[in-house]
Amino acid sequence: MSIAVRLIKSLGGFRLETELEAGNETLALLGASGCGKSMTLQCIAGVVRPDQGTIQVDGEVLFDAKRKINLPPQKRHTGLMFQNYALFPHMTVLQNIQAGAAGERDAARRRQTAFELLERFGLEDLARRCPAQLSGGQRQRAALARVLASKPRILMLDEPFSALDSHLRFSMEQEMRRVIREFAGTVLLVSHDRDEVFRMSDRIAVMGEGRVERIGTKEEVFRSPGTRNAAVLTGCKNISPVQRLDCGHIYARDWGVALRTDRPGEGADWVGLRMHGIRPGEGENSFLCTVEEVVENPFSYTVMLRPDGNRCRVPIGWELDKKTWEKIRGGRQRVCLPPEELLLLKG
Amino acid sequence: MDWFPLANSLRIAAVSTGVTFFLGILAAWHAARLPRVWKGILDAALTLPLVLPPTVVGYLLLRLLGPRRILGAWAMEAFGVRLTMNWQSAALATAVVIFPLMYRTARGAFESFDENLARSAQTLGLSDAYIFWRIRMPCCRQGILAGVVLSFARALGEYGATSMVAGYTPGRTATISTTVYQLWRTNNDALALRWVLLNLAISSAVLLAVNLLEKRSGAGAEGRRR
Repeated sequence: MSIAVRLIKSLGGFRLETELEAGNETLALLGASGCGKSMTLQCIAGVVRPDQGTIQVDGEVLFDAKRKINLPPQKRHTGLMFQNYALFPHMTVLQNIQAGAAGERDAARRRQTAFELLERFGLEDLARRCPAQLSGGQRQRAALARVLASKPRILMLDEPFSALDSHLRFSMEQEMRRVIREFAGTVLLVSHDRDEVFRMSDRIAVMGEGRVERIGTKEEVFRSPGTRNAAVLTGCKNISPVQRLDCGHIYARDWGVALRTDRPGEGADWVGLRMHGIRPGEGENSFLCTVEEVVENPFSYTVMLRPDGNRCRVPIGWELDKKTWEKIRGGRQRVCLPPEELLLLKG
Repeated sequence: MDWFPLANSLRIAAVSTGVTFFLGILAAWHAARLPRVWKGILDAALTLPLVLPPTVVGYLLLRLLGPRRILGAWAMEAFGVRLTMNWQSAALATAVVIFPLMYRTARGAFESFDENLARSAQTLGLSDAYIFWRIRMPCCRQGILAGVVLSFARALGEYGATSMVAGYTPGRTATISTTVYQLWRTNNDALALRWVLLNLAISSAVLLAVNLLEKRSGAGAEGRRR
């Protein structure tokens, strides 16, 4: 199973320009809302028509603007689970799943497929209920069962957990990981939640303003996001514009400090530093800081630091576990911002 | 009491409602998918009969259908059929008047339909005909049904356009509304009152039916939400 997408689509003032390839893996599209993630999936599924480009699944051309090929969604066999699940409200769970199996000509086989899926997703007792009578998690299971009933070649999940309460997300995530494992084909997952994306996917494509900014394995993308947007989306909270001082040194304007970097060759517009990337005590890039505020989280503290010297405009956030902070707590702290933790970012 | 006006009124209302059911849904279906500018223009044109005085609609229809006018003369020559002064022409005039009611409620229903349902149905491989009849129409049923009942109720009460196009001929074109006017004009107050009461009863019954329908669907939704 594989997919190769290259498409351009303009809509109003928005321009989407995506290029993606994925094999037998889970590729996550990570981006803020309105960046074109969902539209990419809808273009692949064929419910939105791109202006230009090509879409191929397993070598079969589903769309090619130049050759005027545009397979209708019905013939694409690409399973797309919508953000709100799009279950048919006037049909029961069983009817919804059977509708998904419509491609199966034989009615008995269709029924059998539907019942197998009901059982697999633990929906047997809910078969005769309407979607409005289901809980969020049950709705998601029904939608998953319906998508799988259509025997898709690739599976696309559009913000699968956004409609769920947070306490449900974790357990539904486990179930979704099981489904993805058993599907064993190309899965495209759209999400804006970095934790979800990291737990569920193999590779990540970071999207911003209609473009894929960065694509790589999830470890690579989290280790060196490359762009400011990717750093924000992967959860980096401290970001400052920089000025290059000399080969190997930069000046972080918001923090008012000069820093030595590991990668002197790279030009950068911004520097990022994860909240848990700061270490207490002496070392390289170490500064004496005033503690501006201590925020208590359920299982950690966030300490807002202002480096001495009056040139700091935005304090730096430092997250550390409760025991560590309780040992060193005080209004003045010496911390170091290790060069290997500094993310050099393009605009 | 001569029951002809009642039968005629029901006949005219039924036929005109039946015609607008299909035409209204067809127009609504196409209008809902037009670009904004065209939708605005078409919308204004199709809604006009709702706000025009029925006499103006009647006048315009007579300009078209009168025996010496374009359509009327043509129909007379080609088929030997009069397009005015019969119950069919009353049904036509009524259909024109009630069309906007059907069109607007159906369009509202189509527009509030969650397009993602149709999209996901497509990706599941369901045919466009299946999507229209088995998904879109059932989901829009409530709005369309409300349009039908409202149109029927309005059709029963149509007076202006009908009386201009079909006139008042006892036993041929008389409806409840034209009969009431005729009886009142000829000082037959007692009989007029009977027709008035009958009309009140029918219209109230129709509106009560609408309410019941809405309440039941509301209760249904409530039960489903649980």
